[in-house]
Amino acid sequence: MTLLITVFAAIIATYKWYTRKDDSMQLGILVFMYWGASIMWLVDAIFEFAELKAEYFTPAAEDMLNDAFLGLAVVALGLVIWIVRLLIKDPRGSVRAALRRG
Amino acid sequence: MACFLVSAAEAAVVKVVETVEEKKELKAVADGHDSEETVKIPLSRKLKWLNSLLLGGAVLLMFEHVWHGEVVPWFPFLTAMSSAEDAAEMFHEMATVGVTMALLITAVWGVMCVVADAIVKRSSEADQKA
Repeated sequence: MTLLITVFAAIIATYKWYTRKDDSMQLGILVFMYWGASIMWLVDAIFEFAELKAEYFTPAAEDMLNDAFLGLAVVALGLVIWIVRLLIKDPRGSVRAALRRG
Repeated sequence: MACFLVSAAEAAVVKVVETVEEKKELKAVADGHDSEETVKIPLSRKLKWLNSLLLGGAVLLMFEHVWHGEVVPWFPFLTAMSSAEDAAEMFHEMATVGVTMALLITAVWGVMCVVADAIVKRSSEADQKA
């Protein structure tokens, strides 16, 4: 479930990056972060599948719910990292302008 | 347990190589050996992609380990280090799962670089024809 949620987040981030008008939103970092995590969880899933075989595809409802929460939390953490980085780098100068206006 | 540490370690090495390569490329441009207008993707930029993949993945996976209580904010930070048996299991996981993760990310990055080079080459050839 965590892998699935992260893969969907990676696809959406990649789509948004591809359809961007300019690079001021710095979506690249989000794309790399989600794809990097997706690849790593894919490896984790392959090793788990090798151990559990078909049982891997029938997880307990409680485990699935926990994994779904984890997946959403991971997506949220990725977004937080991206937005903090964006505000610090401030490519559009919006933060600087707002602070000067103070 | 701590499989993300392998990717994090590779990211640290890649960052050092990237910094050295970036300095070399800037020096080459300054010395006039290489033109800034050369139509190719610099190696330092490609290494930045690899670093983002490795570090981004490692940070999100570290969060998963915190979620599962395998990483804690006090020394020795990894709960598996509390007993020799758990530590051995952790090192085995790092050597198998962790190394495979780092290798797969590097392989995906390699394919990405080949594809990116082909796209840039095709686009510059189309520009020359026009």
